[in-house]
Amino acid sequence: MQPDIVVIGGGTVGSAIAYGLARRRQKVLLLDGDDGDFRAARANFGLVWLQGKGVGMPAYQALTRQSISLWGSFRDEIERETGTRLHYEQNGGLSFCLGEEAFEKRSMDLLRLHNQRGEGEPDWEMLDRQALQRLLPKVELGPDVAGASFGRRDGHANPLRLLSALHAGILRHGGRIRHRAHVEHIEPVGSDFRLFLGRETLVAPRIVIAAGLGSPELARQIGLEVPLRPARGQVLVTERLAPFLPLPASGLRQTGEGTVMIGATKDYIGFDTSTTAEAAARLSHKTVRLVPSLAHVRLVRHWAGLRIMTPDSYPIYSQSESHPGAFVTLCHSAVTLAALHVETLAEAIAAGSLPESLSPFHERRFDVPQAA
Amino acid sequence: MKDASMFHKLHDPGLSAVTVYIDGQAVAAEAGESVAAVLLRQPAGWSRTTPISESPRAPYCMMGVCFECLVEIDGKGSVQGCLTPVREGMSIIRHMGVRRLSA
Repeated sequence: MQPDIVVIGGGTVGSAIAYGLARRRQKVLLLDGDDGDFRAARANFGLVWLQGKGVGMPAYQALTRQSISLWGSFRDEIERETGTRLHYEQNGGLSFCLGEEAFEKRSMDLLRLHNQRGEGEPDWEMLDRQALQRLLPKVELGPDVAGASFGRRDGHANPLRLLSALHAGILRHGGRIRHRAHVEHIEPVGSDFRLFLGRETLVAPRIVIAAGLGSPELARQIGLEVPLRPARGQVLVTERLAPFLPLPASGLRQTGEGTVMIGATKDYIGFDTSTTAEAAARLSHKTVRLVPSLAHVRLVRHWAGLRIMTPDSYPIYSQSESHPGAFVTLCHSAVTLAALHVETLAEAIAAGSLPESLSPFHERRFDVPQAA
Repeated sequence: MKDASMFHKLHDPGLSAVTVYIDGQAVAAEAGESVAAVLLRQPAGWSRTTPISESPRAPYCMMGVCFECLVEIDGKGSVQGCLTPVREGMSIIRHMGVRRLSA
């Protein structure tokens, strides 16, 4: 099979696009890296999240909203096609506030974001301690918990099941996946692209670079500069417990299997996925302030992953102007944005041009003016 | 008296005999032997029941890798019995079913 389009990167972003393309009857080849790569898709926390997003970038909030509105039908479809349950729940989500000051600040931040949006009813509210306690009857809150913000559209899913379902969905629609496929070099040939994988070469009329932190080098070869840096995030996981936390919170969620995920830190120390005792202590300390009885529960795992971070933290969706047919797609919220990538983004890439709604996410926004 | 267990102590612990409490019941043990060994000697030689089907599980690997011997020891949950030596007066409680978040 000669592919219509090659997607470079088999993480959550590349797989969602490849799945969306395969569903649109494109002949897709997905090139996945190997376990020596920094696989952000395997380290994800699993929130499908809206509240608090898009400060200073209304288009990002709109994008997130759009994806979340598509998530339910996306889930229904891919679960039906692949038989994989994503454990997606959208019953709302919480952001806990420790102390009255944090509560006030959260309230102001969300109000500012709402005013920035300038339309629609708020889909969040501030819950004081009493209201929060009513929502979480099985949780004994720590004394410092002043309350929480509650986002109605927030939810969570199992990110590993999502990735596995996307891969299964691609195959089901006739797409192909190659693992341990490392693209070393891209050479534009006429209007096509030649990809060099060791001694082998592949030719395709269109390509999508979704290779996470490995993207800048590839993007440069098709005329796009994508400034990225790795932001390390560390996550703790507890043993399985009977369900007690009915809603996910930013930094604390109980999974469908019963484990509790605790996250996440953010630091910029380069390409380093080691875990630190300091982060484990900080995350544990914060969590025990929220829910003191978690102090008696065992941690079973601790990992670190590298977020794909742009200078303003927002995604990059670009088509090369010098080499049309080559796209770059990068973001750090690939689970939340998965539904949008499957629908809107794959549709646009199949059609050959990105819509106006994605223009704020072009990489040219990072161009440094030549004459300062 | 011969008990119903598959296992029994070959020697008399003598001066190193201690008493531990399994689910509140006093049981004879020898200082330094593992909690899992003591559990295996009991007429009910199991250590926990599983979270979903609640079927009993007994200590298995005895070297810290299978996690079948998880028990609560002196108030601390999910402790590996095979890696914990007994002490005089120790409280050992079998985990029943799924663990709950206790306040």
